[in-house]
Amino acid sequence: MAAKLEFTNRPRIVQVFSDSLVMIRRSSTHILRNTDQLLGTFFQPIMFLVLFTAVYSGAIKTSGGVDYTNYLMAGLIVQTLAFGSTTTALAVANDMQKGIIDRFRSLPMNNLAVLNGHVISDLLRNGLSAIVLILAGLVIGFRPDANFLDWLLLVGLTILLTLAFSWLSAILGLIAKSVEGVQWLTFVFVFPLTFASSAFVDPTTMTSWLRGFAENQPITHIVDAYRSLLIGTPMGDSALLAVIWLTVIIVVSIPVASWLFARRTT
Amino acid sequence: MSLADSIVVSKLKKSYGKTVVLRGIDLTVKRGSMVALLGPNGAGKTTTVRILSTLLKFDAGSVTVNGHDVAKDPDGVRQVIGLTGQSAAVDELLTGRENLVMMGRLYRLTKASAKERAEELLRQFDLVDAADRPLKTYSGGMRRRLDLAVSLIATPPVIFLDEPTTGLDPRSRLAMWDIIRQLKNDGATILLTTQYLEEADQLADRIVVIDEGRVIAEGTARELKAKIGNDRLELTFTNKKAFEAAKRELHTTIIATDEEELTVVTLLKNTDNDVRAVLDRLHAAKLKIESMAVTKPTLDDVFMSLTDKKQEGK
Repeated sequence: MAAKLEFTNRPRIVQVFSDSLVMIRRSSTHILRNTDQLLGTFFQPIMFLVLFTAVYSGAIKTSGGVDYTNYLMAGLIVQTLAFGSTTTALAVANDMQKGIIDRFRSLPMNNLAVLNGHVISDLLRNGLSAIVLILAGLVIGFRPDANFLDWLLLVGLTILLTLAFSWLSAILGLIAKSVEGVQWLTFVFVFPLTFASSAFVDPTTMTSWLRGFAENQPITHIVDAYRSLLIGTPMGDSALLAVIWLTVIIVVSIPVASWLFARRTT
Repeated sequence: MSLADSIVVSKLKKSYGKTVVLRGIDLTVKRGSMVALLGPNGAGKTTTVRILSTLLKFDAGSVTVNGHDVAKDPDGVRQVIGLTGQSAAVDELLTGRENLVMMGRLYRLTKASAKERAEELLRQFDLVDAADRPLKTYSGGMRRRLDLAVSLIATPPVIFLDEPTTGLDPRSRLAMWDIIRQLKNDGATILLTTQYLEEADQLADRIVVIDEGRVIAEGTARELKAKIGNDRLELTFTNKKAFEAAKRELHTTIIATDEEELTVVTLLKNTDNDVRAVLDRLHAAKLKIESMAVTKPTLDDVFMSLTDKKQEGK
Protein backbone atom coordinates (compact mmCIF):
# COMPACT_ATOMS: atom_id res chain seq x y z
CA MET A 1 0.00 0.00 0.00
CA ALA A 2 2.89 2.30 -0.72
CA ALA A 3 1.49 4.21 -3.65
CA LYS A 4 -0.35 7.42 -2.99
CA LEU A 5 -3.43 7.35 -5.20
CA GLU A 6 -4.38 10.35 -7.25
CA PHE A 7 -7.96 11.01 -8.25
CA THR A 8 -9.10 13.13 -11.16
CA ASN A 9 -11.17 16.12 -10.27
CA ARG A 10 -13.23 16.90 -13.32
CA PRO A 11 -16.57 18.70 -13.54
CA ARG A 12 -19.58 16.41 -13.62
CA ILE A 13 -20.38 17.02 -17.25
CA VAL A 14 -16.83 16.06 -18.27
CA GLN A 15 -17.05 12.91 -16.16
CA VAL A 16 -19.98 11.71 -18.27
CA PHE A 17 -17.64 11.80 -21.27
CA SER A 18 -14.60 10.32 -19.58
CA ASP A 19 -16.68 7.49 -18.07
CA SER A 20 -18.25 6.86 -21.46
CA LEU A 21 -14.80 6.72 -23.06
CA VAL A 22 -13.73 4.04 -20.60
CA MET A 23 -16.87 2.06 -21.41
CA ILE A 24 -16.49 2.55 -25.17
CA ARG A 25 -13.04 1.10 -24.86
CA ARG A 26 -14.45 -1.86 -22.92
CA SER A 27 -17.22 -2.56 -25.46
CA SER A 28 -14.86 -2.18 -28.40
CA THR A 29 -12.47 -4.66 -26.82
CA HIS A 30 -15.41 -7.04 -26.48
CA ILE A 31 -16.17 -6.69 -30.16
CA LEU A 32 -12.56 -7.38 -31.15
CA ARG A 33 -12.23 -10.38 -28.81
CA ASN A 34 -15.56 -11.93 -29.79
CA THR A 35 -14.15 -13.29 -33.04
CA ASP A 36 -17.18 -15.44 -33.94
CA GLN A 37 -19.47 -12.47 -33.84
CA LEU A 38 -16.92 -10.32 -35.59
CA LEU A 39 -16.59 -12.75 -38.49
CA GLY A 40 -20.36 -12.91 -38.70
CA THR A 41 -20.70 -9.16 -39.04
CA PHE A 42 -18.40 -9.20 -42.06
CA PHE A 43 -19.41 -12.49 -43.57
CA GLN A 44 -23.19 -12.17 -43.35
CA PRO A 45 -23.57 -9.02 -45.47
CA ILE A 46 -21.20 -10.43 -48.10
CA MET A 47 -23.22 -13.64 -48.17
CA PHE A 48 -26.44 -11.66 -48.61
CA LEU A 49 -24.80 -9.62 -51.35
CA VAL A 50 -23.69 -12.67 -53.31
CA LEU A 51 -26.97 -14.56 -52.82
CA PHE A 52 -29.25 -11.68 -53.67
CA THR A 53 -27.41 -10.69 -56.80
CA ALA A 54 -27.09 -14.30 -57.95
CA VAL A 55 -30.66 -15.32 -57.08
CA TYR A 56 -32.73 -12.24 -57.81
CA SER A 57 -30.90 -10.13 -60.35
CA GLY A 58 -32.44 -12.06 -63.24
CA ALA A 59 -35.94 -12.18 -61.77
CA ILE A 60 -36.38 -8.68 -60.38
CA LYS A 61 -37.10 -5.82 -62.73
CA THR A 62 -36.28 -2.53 -61.06
CA SER A 63 -38.20 0.61 -61.93
CA GLY A 64 -36.27 2.72 -64.42
CA GLY A 65 -34.19 -0.25 -65.48
CA VAL A 66 -31.50 0.24 -62.83
CA ASP A 67 -28.98 -2.60 -62.66
CA TYR A 68 -30.06 -4.84 -59.72
CA THR A 69 -26.64 -4.92 -58.08
CA ASN A 70 -26.65 -1.12 -58.06
CA TYR A 71 -30.23 -1.11 -56.81
CA LEU A 72 -29.56 -3.68 -54.11
CA MET A 73 -26.57 -2.02 -52.44
CA ALA A 74 -28.55 0.68 -50.62
CA GLY A 75 -30.95 -1.94 -49.27
CA LEU A 76 -28.17 -4.25 -48.17
CA ILE A 77 -26.25 -1.49 -46.43
CA VAL A 78 -29.32 -0.40 -44.49
CA GLN A 79 -30.21 -4.00 -43.62
CA THR A 80 -26.66 -4.68 -42.46
CA LEU A 81 -26.64 -1.58 -40.28
CA ALA A 82 -30.07 -2.34 -38.83
CA PHE A 83 -29.13 -5.92 -37.99
CA GLY A 84 -25.68 -4.85 -36.82
CA SER A 85 -27.22 -2.43 -34.36
CA THR A 86 -29.04 -5.25 -32.65
CA THR A 87 -25.76 -6.43 -31.12
CA THR A 88 -26.24 -3.49 -28.74
CA ALA A 89 -29.32 -5.32 -27.44
CA LEU A 90 -27.27 -8.48 -26.94
CA ALA A 91 -24.45 -6.65 -25.20
CA VAL A 92 -26.82 -4.74 -22.93
CA ALA A 93 -28.79 -7.88 -22.04
CA ASN A 94 -25.53 -9.69 -21.32
CA ASP A 95 -24.47 -7.02 -18.86
CA MET A 96 -27.86 -6.90 -17.20
CA GLN A 97 -27.95 -10.65 -16.57
CA LYS A 98 -24.55 -10.66 -14.91
CA GLY A 99 -23.04 -9.48 -11.66
CA ILE A 100 -20.96 -6.85 -13.43
CA ILE A 101 -23.88 -4.44 -13.59
CA ASP A 102 -23.88 -4.39 -9.76
CA ARG A 103 -20.20 -3.54 -9.81
CA PHE A 104 -20.76 -0.63 -12.17
CA ARG A 105 -23.64 0.63 -10.09
CA SER A 106 -21.64 0.51 -6.87
CA LEU A 107 -18.95 2.71 -8.46
CA PRO A 108 -19.08 6.50 -8.43
CA MET A 109 -19.36 6.43 -12.24
CA ASN A 110 -22.05 7.86 -14.47
CA ASN A 111 -24.40 4.92 -15.00
CA LEU A 112 -25.45 5.86 -18.52
CA ALA A 113 -21.85 5.33 -19.57
CA VAL A 114 -22.62 1.60 -19.71
CA LEU A 115 -25.20 2.13 -22.46
CA ASN A 116 -23.11 4.82 -24.17
CA GLY A 117 -20.22 2.38 -24.36
CA HIS A 118 -22.25 -0.27 -26.17
CA VAL A 119 -24.00 2.15 -28.53
CA ILE A 120 -20.86 3.99 -29.61
CA SER A 121 -18.71 0.90 -30.08
CA ASP A 122 -21.53 -0.55 -32.15
CA LEU A 123 -21.25 2.51 -34.32
CA LEU A 124 -17.55 1.82 -34.93
CA ARG A 125 -18.18 -1.79 -35.83
CA ASN A 126 -21.12 -0.96 -38.06
CA GLY A 127 -19.03 1.60 -39.87
CA LEU A 128 -16.43 -1.09 -40.55
CA SER A 129 -18.95 -3.63 -41.82
CA ALA A 130 -20.52 -1.00 -44.11
CA ILE A 131 -17.09 -0.31 -45.62
CA VAL A 132 -16.44 -4.03 -46.10
CA LEU A 133 -19.83 -4.43 -47.76
CA ILE A 134 -19.25 -1.54 -50.16
CA LEU A 135 -15.81 -2.88 -51.11
CA ALA A 136 -17.28 -6.34 -51.74
CA GLY A 137 -20.00 -4.71 -53.84
CA LEU A 138 -17.39 -2.93 -55.94
CA VAL A 139 -15.76 -6.27 -56.60
CA ILE A 140 -18.94 -7.87 -57.94
CA GLY A 141 -20.00 -4.97 -60.12
CA PHE A 142 -21.50 -2.23 -57.93
CA ARG A 143 -20.86 1.10 -59.65
CA PRO A 144 -21.87 4.10 -57.49
CA ASP A 145 -21.90 7.58 -58.97
CA ALA A 146 -21.76 9.43 -55.65
CA ASN A 147 -19.55 12.50 -55.44
CA PHE A 148 -17.56 13.58 -52.39
CA LEU A 149 -20.47 15.48 -50.84
CA ASP A 150 -22.76 12.47 -51.39
CA TRP A 151 -20.30 10.24 -49.53
CA LEU A 152 -20.13 12.72 -46.65
CA LEU A 153 -23.93 12.74 -46.46
CA LEU A 154 -23.90 8.93 -46.57
CA VAL A 155 -21.50 8.85 -43.62
CA GLY A 156 -23.74 11.25 -41.70
CA LEU A 157 -26.85 9.22 -42.50
CA THR A 158 -25.06 6.03 -41.45
CA ILE A 159 -24.12 7.52 -38.08
CA LEU A 160 -27.67 8.73 -37.52
CA LEU A 161 -29.16 5.38 -38.56
CA THR A 162 -26.83 3.33 -36.38
CA LEU A 163 -27.33 5.55 -33.35
CA ALA A 164 -31.11 5.42 -33.73
CA PHE A 165 -31.23 1.64 -34.11
CA SER A 166 -28.66 1.02 -31.39
CA TRP A 167 -30.62 3.06 -28.88
CA LEU A 168 -33.82 1.27 -29.87
CA SER A 169 -31.90 -1.94 -29.57
CA ALA A 170 -30.65 -0.94 -26.10
CA ILE A 171 -34.30 -0.69 -25.08
CA LEU A 172 -34.92 -4.23 -26.34
CA GLY A 173 -31.87 -5.41 -24.39
CA LEU A 174 -33.23 -3.79 -21.24
CA ILE A 175 -36.75 -5.21 -21.48
CA ALA A 176 -35.71 -8.73 -22.48
CA LYS A 177 -35.73 -11.31 -19.72
CA SER A 178 -32.81 -13.28 -21.12
CA VAL A 179 -30.06 -13.10 -23.70
CA GLU A 180 -31.86 -15.69 -25.86
CA GLY A 181 -35.03 -13.61 -25.64
CA VAL A 182 -33.14 -10.66 -27.05
CA GLN A 183 -32.24 -12.55 -30.19
CA TRP A 184 -35.87 -13.28 -30.91
CA LEU A 185 -37.01 -9.82 -30.03
CA THR A 186 -34.56 -8.13 -32.36
CA PHE A 187 -35.27 -10.62 -35.13
CA VAL A 188 -39.04 -10.09 -35.18
CA PHE A 189 -38.41 -6.37 -34.97
CA VAL A 190 -35.79 -5.83 -37.68
CA PHE A 191 -36.63 -8.58 -40.16
CA PRO A 192 -40.13 -7.41 -41.20
CA LEU A 193 -39.03 -3.78 -41.18
CA THR A 194 -36.18 -4.38 -43.62
CA PHE A 195 -37.99 -6.83 -45.90
CA ALA A 196 -41.27 -4.93 -46.12
CA SER A 197 -39.42 -1.91 -47.46
CA SER A 198 -37.77 -0.70 -50.62
CA ALA A 199 -34.54 -2.45 -49.57
CA PHE A 200 -34.72 -5.36 -52.02
CA VAL A 201 -37.70 -4.72 -54.31
CA ASP A 202 -39.81 -1.78 -55.42
CA PRO A 203 -42.75 -1.53 -52.97
CA THR A 204 -45.14 -0.76 -55.86
CA THR A 205 -44.87 -4.46 -56.77
CA MET A 206 -46.09 -5.58 -53.31
CA THR A 207 -49.59 -6.68 -52.21
CA SER A 208 -51.65 -3.57 -51.61
CA TRP A 209 -51.88 -3.78 -47.78
CA LEU A 210 -48.16 -4.37 -47.46
CA ARG A 211 -47.41 -1.69 -49.99
CA GLY A 212 -49.20 0.88 -47.83
CA PHE A 213 -46.96 -0.06 -44.93
CA ALA A 214 -43.78 -0.43 -46.96
CA GLU A 215 -44.07 2.95 -48.65
CA ASN A 216 -44.52 4.84 -45.42
CA GLN A 217 -42.22 3.19 -42.93
CA PRO A 218 -38.85 4.70 -42.00
CA ILE A 219 -36.64 2.00 -43.52
CA THR A 220 -38.04 2.75 -46.98
CA HIS A 221 -37.28 6.45 -46.64
CA ILE A 222 -33.80 5.63 -45.36
CA VAL A 223 -33.12 3.15 -48.16
CA ASP A 224 -34.41 5.58 -50.79
CA ALA A 225 -32.14 8.29 -49.42
CA TYR A 226 -29.12 5.95 -49.51
CA ARG A 227 -29.99 4.83 -53.02
CA SER A 228 -30.37 8.34 -54.29
CA LEU A 229 -27.01 9.36 -52.80
CA LEU A 230 -25.28 6.21 -54.08
CA ILE A 231 -26.60 5.85 -57.63
CA GLY A 232 -28.61 9.01 -58.28
CA THR A 233 -32.18 7.69 -58.25
CA PRO A 234 -34.78 10.45 -57.52
CA MET A 235 -34.43 11.76 -53.97
CA GLY A 236 -37.88 13.27 -53.45
CA ASP A 237 -38.42 13.95 -49.75
CA SER A 238 -36.91 10.65 -48.63
CA ALA A 239 -33.77 12.16 -47.04
CA LEU A 240 -35.82 14.70 -45.14
CA LEU A 241 -38.25 12.04 -43.89
CA ALA A 242 -35.38 9.69 -43.01
CA VAL A 243 -33.63 12.36 -40.95
CA ILE A 244 -36.86 13.29 -39.18
CA TRP A 245 -37.66 9.65 -38.39
CA LEU A 246 -34.18 8.88 -37.12
CA THR A 247 -33.93 12.05 -35.05
CA VAL A 248 -37.29 11.35 -33.45
CA ILE A 249 -36.22 7.76 -32.67
CA ILE A 250 -33.00 9.00 -31.02
CA VAL A 251 -34.69 11.78 -29.08
CA VAL A 252 -37.32 9.39 -27.74
CA SER A 253 -35.28 6.25 -27.18
CA ILE A 254 -32.38 7.77 -25.21
CA PRO A 255 -34.57 8.94 -22.31
CA VAL A 256 -36.66 5.76 -22.49
CA ALA A 257 -33.53 3.60 -22.34
CA SER A 258 -32.12 5.68 -19.46
CA TRP A 259 -35.35 5.34 -17.56
CA LEU A 260 -35.53 1.59 -18.16
CA PHE A 261 -31.90 1.23 -17.14
CA ALA A 262 -32.44 3.06 -13.86
CA ARG A 263 -35.58 1.04 -13.20
CA ARG A 264 -34.12 -2.34 -14.12
CA THR A 265 -31.13 -1.83 -11.93
CA THR A 266 -32.81 -0.98 -8.61
CA MET B 1 -23.77 8.05 16.10
CA SER B 2 -20.17 8.70 16.97
CA LEU B 3 -17.25 9.32 14.66
CA ALA B 4 -15.86 5.95 15.68
CA ASP B 5 -18.76 4.23 13.90
CA SER B 6 -18.22 3.77 10.20
CA ILE B 7 -21.42 1.92 9.30
CA VAL B 8 -24.61 2.74 11.13
CA VAL B 9 -27.83 0.96 10.23
CA SER B 10 -30.97 1.72 12.16
CA LYS B 11 -34.41 0.03 11.96
CA LEU B 12 -33.79 -0.98 8.35
CA LYS B 13 -36.85 -2.45 6.65
CA LYS B 14 -37.35 -3.85 3.18
CA SER B 15 -40.16 -5.78 1.52
CA TYR B 16 -40.72 -7.06 -1.97
CA GLY B 17 -44.47 -6.76 -2.37
CA LYS B 18 -45.90 -8.82 0.44
CA THR B 19 -42.66 -10.65 1.15
CA VAL B 20 -40.94 -9.00 4.09
CA VAL B 21 -37.18 -9.46 3.82
CA LEU B 22 -35.85 -7.13 6.52
CA ARG B 23 -37.93 -6.50 9.64
CA GLY B 24 -35.87 -3.75 11.24
CA ILE B 25 -32.15 -4.41 11.28
CA ASP B 26 -29.87 -2.46 13.63
CA LEU B 27 -26.18 -2.69 13.01
CA THR B 28 -23.06 -0.64 13.72
CA VAL B 29 -19.54 -1.30 12.59
CA LYS B 30 -16.73 0.59 14.26
CA ARG B 31 -14.13 2.19 12.06
CA GLY B 32 -11.34 -0.25 11.33
CA SER B 33 -13.19 -3.29 12.64
CA MET B 34 -14.72 -6.33 10.98
CA VAL B 35 -18.28 -7.43 11.62
CA ALA B 36 -19.70 -10.69 10.29
CA LEU B 37 -23.35 -10.85 9.34
CA LEU B 38 -24.13 -14.47 9.98
CA GLY B 39 -27.27 -16.25 8.91
CA PRO B 40 -28.74 -19.03 6.80
CA ASN B 41 -29.84 -18.61 3.18
CA GLY B 42 -32.73 -16.19 2.91
CA ALA B 43 -31.98 -14.49 6.24
CA GLY B 44 -31.56 -11.11 4.53
CA LYS B 45 -27.76 -10.88 4.45
CA THR B 46 -27.40 -10.08 0.76
CA THR B 47 -30.36 -7.69 0.82
CA THR B 48 -28.68 -5.78 3.63
CA VAL B 49 -25.38 -5.54 1.78
CA ARG B 50 -27.11 -4.47 -1.43
CA ILE B 51 -28.88 -1.68 0.43
CA LEU B 52 -25.65 -0.57 2.13
CA SER B 53 -23.83 -0.48 -1.18
CA THR B 54 -26.55 1.68 -2.85
CA LEU B 55 -27.78 -1.09 -5.15
CA LEU B 56 -31.19 -1.41 -3.60
CA LYS B 57 -33.73 1.06 -2.25
CA PHE B 58 -35.17 0.43 1.20
CA ASP B 59 -38.58 1.08 2.73
CA ALA B 60 -37.80 2.45 6.18
CA GLY B 61 -34.97 3.13 8.58
CA SER B 62 -31.66 4.89 8.03
CA VAL B 63 -28.25 3.88 6.75
CA THR B 64 -25.04 5.88 6.84
CA VAL B 65 -21.63 4.80 5.61
CA ASN B 66 -18.68 6.95 6.69
CA GLY B 67 -21.12 9.76 7.37
CA HIS B 68 -22.79 9.59 3.94
CA ASP B 69 -26.52 8.90 3.97
CA VAL B 70 -27.18 6.02 1.57
CA ALA B 71 -30.57 7.38 0.53
CA LYS B 72 -29.58 11.05 0.16
CA ASP B 73 -25.98 10.81 -0.98
CA PRO B 74 -25.46 7.51 -2.83
CA ASP B 75 -22.57 8.98 -4.85
CA GLY B 76 -20.80 9.92 -1.63
CA VAL B 77 -21.22 6.35 -0.42
CA ARG B 78 -19.92 4.94 -3.72
CA GLN B 79 -16.72 6.96 -3.31
CA VAL B 80 -15.84 5.23 -0.05
CA ILE B 81 -16.97 1.63 -0.56
CA GLY B 82 -15.69 -1.46 -2.30
CA LEU B 83 -18.11 -4.31 -2.94
CA THR B 84 -17.40 -7.95 -3.61
CA GLY B 85 -20.65 -9.70 -4.32
CA GLN B 86 -21.60 -13.34 -4.55
CA SER B 87 -21.33 -13.60 -8.30
CA ALA B 88 -17.99 -12.42 -9.61
CA ALA B 89 -18.63 -8.91 -10.89
CA VAL B 90 -15.81 -8.79 -13.39
CA ASP B 91 -15.60 -8.61 -17.17
CA GLU B 92 -15.06 -12.05 -18.69
CA LEU B 93 -13.64 -10.86 -22.00
CA LEU B 94 -11.10 -8.47 -20.53
CA THR B 95 -7.83 -9.52 -18.94
CA GLY B 96 -7.18 -9.25 -15.21
CA ARG B 97 -5.08 -6.14 -15.68
CA GLU B 98 -7.64 -4.52 -17.99
CA ASN B 99 -10.40 -5.17 -15.47
CA LEU B 100 -8.41 -3.51 -12.70
CA VAL B 101 -7.42 -0.46 -14.73
CA MET B 102 -10.96 -0.02 -16.10
CA MET B 103 -12.54 -0.11 -12.65
CA GLY B 104 -9.82 2.20 -11.34
CA ARG B 105 -10.67 4.72 -14.04
CA LEU B 106 -14.36 4.45 -13.16
CA TYR B 107 -13.44 5.16 -9.52
CA ARG B 108 -11.97 8.33 -11.05
CA LEU B 109 -8.34 7.45 -10.45
CA THR B 110 -5.87 9.11 -12.80
CA LYS B 111 -4.59 6.81 -15.52
CA ALA B 112 -1.14 6.59 -13.92
CA SER B 113 -2.56 5.84 -10.48
CA ALA B 114 -4.95 3.20 -11.84
CA LYS B 115 -2.09 1.40 -13.61
CA GLU B 116 0.27 1.61 -10.67
CA ARG B 117 -2.36 0.35 -8.24
CA ALA B 118 -3.34 -2.46 -10.64
CA GLU B 119 0.25 -3.75 -10.61
CA GLU B 120 0.35 -3.56 -6.84
CA LEU B 121 -2.87 -5.57 -6.50
CA LEU B 122 -1.82 -8.17 -9.09
CA ARG B 123 1.30 -8.79 -7.01
CA GLN B 124 -0.56 -8.79 -3.70
CA PHE B 125 -3.18 -11.26 -4.96
CA ASP B 126 -0.71 -13.50 -6.72
CA LEU B 127 -2.16 -12.84 -10.17
CA VAL B 128 0.87 -11.44 -11.99
CA ASP B 129 1.27 -14.49 -14.24
CA ALA B 130 -2.40 -14.43 -15.23
CA ALA B 131 -2.59 -10.65 -15.57
CA ASP B 132 -2.78 -10.61 -19.36
CA ARG B 133 -5.14 -13.54 -19.82
CA PRO B 134 -8.86 -12.99 -20.36
CA LEU B 135 -10.87 -13.85 -17.26
CA LYS B 136 -12.76 -16.66 -18.88
CA THR B 137 -9.54 -18.69 -18.54
CA TYR B 138 -9.36 -18.08 -14.75
CA SER B 139 -10.19 -20.68 -12.11
CA GLY B 140 -12.91 -19.99 -9.53
CA GLY B 141 -10.40 -19.03 -6.86
CA MET B 142 -8.48 -16.69 -9.19
CA ARG B 143 -11.69 -15.04 -10.28
CA ARG B 144 -12.70 -14.37 -6.67
CA ARG B 145 -9.29 -12.95 -5.92
CA LEU B 146 -9.48 -10.66 -8.92
CA ASP B 147 -13.02 -9.69 -7.99
CA LEU B 148 -11.81 -8.67 -4.55
CA ALA B 149 -8.77 -6.92 -6.01
CA VAL B 150 -11.07 -4.93 -8.29
CA SER B 151 -13.11 -3.70 -5.35
CA LEU B 152 -9.90 -2.52 -3.66
CA ILE B 153 -8.51 -0.63 -6.63
CA ALA B 154 -9.21 2.80 -5.10
CA THR B 155 -8.36 1.61 -1.53
CA PRO B 156 -11.86 2.28 -0.22
CA PRO B 157 -12.02 2.67 3.57
CA VAL B 158 -15.18 0.53 3.77
CA ILE B 159 -15.38 -2.94 2.24
CA PHE B 160 -18.43 -5.14 1.83
CA LEU B 161 -17.77 -8.84 1.31
CA ASP B 162 -20.89 -10.81 0.46
CA GLU B 163 -20.12 -14.48 1.07
CA PRO B 164 -16.56 -14.14 -0.19
CA THR B 165 -15.69 -17.83 0.12
CA THR B 166 -18.94 -19.53 -0.93
CA GLY B 167 -18.15 -22.17 -3.53
CA LEU B 168 -14.38 -22.07 -3.02
CA ASP B 169 -12.31 -25.17 -2.35
CA PRO B 170 -10.70 -25.38 1.13
CA ARG B 171 -7.31 -24.14 -0.03
CA SER B 172 -8.72 -21.13 -1.85
CA ARG B 173 -10.85 -20.40 1.19
CA LEU B 174 -7.82 -20.28 3.47
CA ALA B 175 -6.01 -18.04 0.99
CA MET B 176 -9.05 -15.75 0.91
CA TRP B 177 -9.10 -15.62 4.72
CA ASP B 178 -5.48 -14.50 4.77
CA ILE B 179 -6.28 -11.75 2.30
CA ILE B 180 -9.27 -10.58 4.34
CA ARG B 181 -7.20 -10.52 7.55
CA GLN B 182 -4.59 -8.46 5.74
CA LEU B 183 -7.25 -5.94 4.68
CA LYS B 184 -8.27 -5.51 8.27
CA ASN B 185 -4.68 -5.08 9.37
CA ASP B 186 -4.37 -2.35 6.77
CA GLY B 187 -7.14 -0.49 8.57
CA ALA B 188 -10.23 -1.13 6.46
CA THR B 189 -13.71 -1.28 7.94
CA ILE B 190 -15.22 -4.56 6.80
CA LEU B 191 -18.73 -5.97 6.77
CA LEU B 192 -18.68 -9.61 5.83
CA THR B 193 -21.64 -11.88 5.27
CA THR B 194 -21.31 -15.59 5.64
CA GLN B 195 -23.27 -18.72 6.35
CA TYR B 196 -20.16 -20.39 7.71
CA LEU B 197 -19.96 -20.05 11.46
CA GLU B 198 -16.31 -20.93 11.40
CA GLU B 199 -15.59 -18.13 8.99
CA ALA B 200 -17.27 -15.56 11.24
CA ASP B 201 -15.44 -16.97 14.24
CA GLN B 202 -12.06 -16.88 12.47
CA LEU B 203 -12.27 -13.42 10.93
CA ALA B 204 -14.68 -11.09 12.65
CA ASP B 205 -14.33 -8.93 15.74
CA ARG B 206 -18.06 -9.02 16.26
CA ILE B 207 -20.79 -11.26 14.95
CA VAL B 208 -24.35 -10.24 14.20
CA VAL B 209 -26.63 -13.25 13.77
CA ILE B 210 -29.66 -12.62 11.60
CA ASP B 211 -32.54 -14.84 10.69
CA GLU B 212 -35.70 -14.04 8.76
CA GLY B 213 -34.82 -10.37 8.54
CA ARG B 214 -34.16 -9.85 12.23
CA VAL B 215 -31.07 -9.61 14.39
CA ILE B 216 -31.39 -12.53 16.79
CA ALA B 217 -28.08 -12.14 18.59
CA GLU B 218 -24.89 -10.15 18.51
CA GLY B 219 -21.58 -9.93 20.24
CA THR B 220 -18.10 -11.34 20.07
CA ALA B 221 -17.75 -15.02 19.31
CA ARG B 222 -16.92 -15.56 22.98
CA GLU B 223 -20.01 -13.68 24.15
CA LEU B 224 -22.27 -15.61 21.83
CA LYS B 225 -20.86 -18.88 23.03
CA ALA B 226 -21.32 -17.81 26.63
CA LYS B 227 -24.93 -16.95 25.91
CA ILE B 228 -25.99 -20.52 25.52
CA GLY B 229 -24.25 -22.15 28.42
CA ASN B 230 -20.64 -22.74 29.14
CA ASP B 231 -19.67 -26.25 28.19
CA ARG B 232 -21.15 -29.37 26.72
CA LEU B 233 -20.67 -33.02 27.42
CA GLU B 234 -20.13 -35.49 24.63
CA LEU B 235 -20.91 -39.11 25.47
CA THR B 236 -20.18 -42.03 23.18
CA PHE B 237 -21.79 -45.43 23.84
CA THR B 238 -20.62 -48.93 23.10
CA ASN B 239 -23.79 -50.12 21.38
CA LYS B 240 -26.96 -48.92 19.74
CA LYS B 241 -29.18 -50.10 22.58
CA ALA B 242 -27.30 -48.11 25.19
CA PHE B 243 -27.26 -45.12 22.87
CA GLU B 244 -31.04 -45.22 22.41
CA ALA B 245 -31.64 -45.68 26.11
CA ALA B 246 -29.36 -42.76 26.93
CA LYS B 247 -31.25 -40.59 24.45
CA ARG B 248 -34.48 -41.34 26.30
CA GLU B 249 -32.90 -40.89 29.71
CA LEU B 250 -31.28 -37.53 28.97
CA HIS B 251 -33.63 -36.13 26.33
CA THR B 252 -34.31 -32.83 28.12
CA THR B 253 -30.68 -31.71 28.01
CA ILE B 254 -29.58 -33.18 24.68
CA ILE B 255 -28.62 -30.67 21.97
CA ALA B 256 -27.24 -33.05 19.35
CA THR B 257 -26.97 -36.74 18.57
CA ASP B 258 -24.90 -38.72 16.08
CA GLU B 259 -26.47 -42.08 15.14
CA GLU B 260 -23.35 -43.42 13.45
CA GLU B 261 -20.86 -42.58 16.14
CA LEU B 262 -23.43 -43.41 18.87
CA THR B 263 -22.71 -40.03 20.45
CA VAL B 264 -25.04 -37.73 22.35
CA VAL B 265 -24.18 -34.16 23.30
CA THR B 266 -25.73 -32.53 26.33
CA LEU B 267 -25.63 -28.92 27.40
CA LEU B 268 -24.09 -28.10 30.77
CA LYS B 269 -25.31 -25.09 32.72
CA ASN B 270 -23.08 -25.82 35.64
CA THR B 271 -20.27 -28.06 34.47
CA ASP B 272 -19.32 -29.61 37.79
CA ASN B 273 -22.81 -30.52 39.05
CA ASP B 274 -24.30 -31.34 35.67
CA VAL B 275 -21.57 -33.81 34.69
CA ARG B 276 -22.02 -35.60 37.98
CA ALA B 277 -25.80 -35.66 37.59
CA VAL B 278 -25.61 -37.06 34.05
CA LEU B 279 -23.16 -39.76 35.07
CA ASP B 280 -25.29 -40.69 38.07
CA ARG B 281 -28.37 -41.09 35.90
CA LEU B 282 -26.52 -43.22 33.34
CA HIS B 283 -25.05 -45.30 36.13
CA ALA B 284 -28.47 -45.85 37.69
CA ALA B 285 -29.79 -46.95 34.29
CA LYS B 286 -26.80 -49.25 33.89
CA LEU B 287 -25.72 -47.74 30.58
CA LYS B 288 -22.07 -48.24 29.70
CA ILE B 289 -20.14 -45.28 28.31
CA GLU B 290 -17.30 -45.89 25.90
CA SER B 291 -15.83 -42.39 26.07
CA MET B 292 -16.74 -38.91 27.23
CA ALA B 293 -15.44 -35.38 26.77
CA VAL B 294 -16.31 -31.92 28.05
CA THR B 295 -15.99 -29.36 25.22
CA LYS B 296 -16.54 -25.64 24.60
CA PRO B 297 -19.57 -24.88 22.38
CA THR B 298 -18.93 -24.10 18.71
CA LEU B 299 -20.72 -21.35 16.85
CA ASP B 300 -22.80 -24.03 15.18
CA ASP B 301 -24.25 -24.84 18.59
CA VAL B 302 -24.88 -21.17 19.21
CA PHE B 303 -26.68 -20.83 15.96
CA MET B 304 -28.81 -23.94 16.40
CA SER B 305 -29.72 -22.89 19.88
CA LEU B 306 -30.62 -19.32 18.84
CA THR B 307 -32.81 -20.30 15.91
CA ASP B 308 -34.50 -23.05 17.93
CA LYS B 309 -35.31 -20.68 20.78
CA LYS B 310 -36.93 -18.31 18.37
CA GLN B 311 -39.06 -21.06 16.86
CA GLU B 312 -40.22 -22.19 20.29
CA GLY B 313 -41.25 -18.62 21.03
CA LYS B 314 -43.59 -18.53 18.03
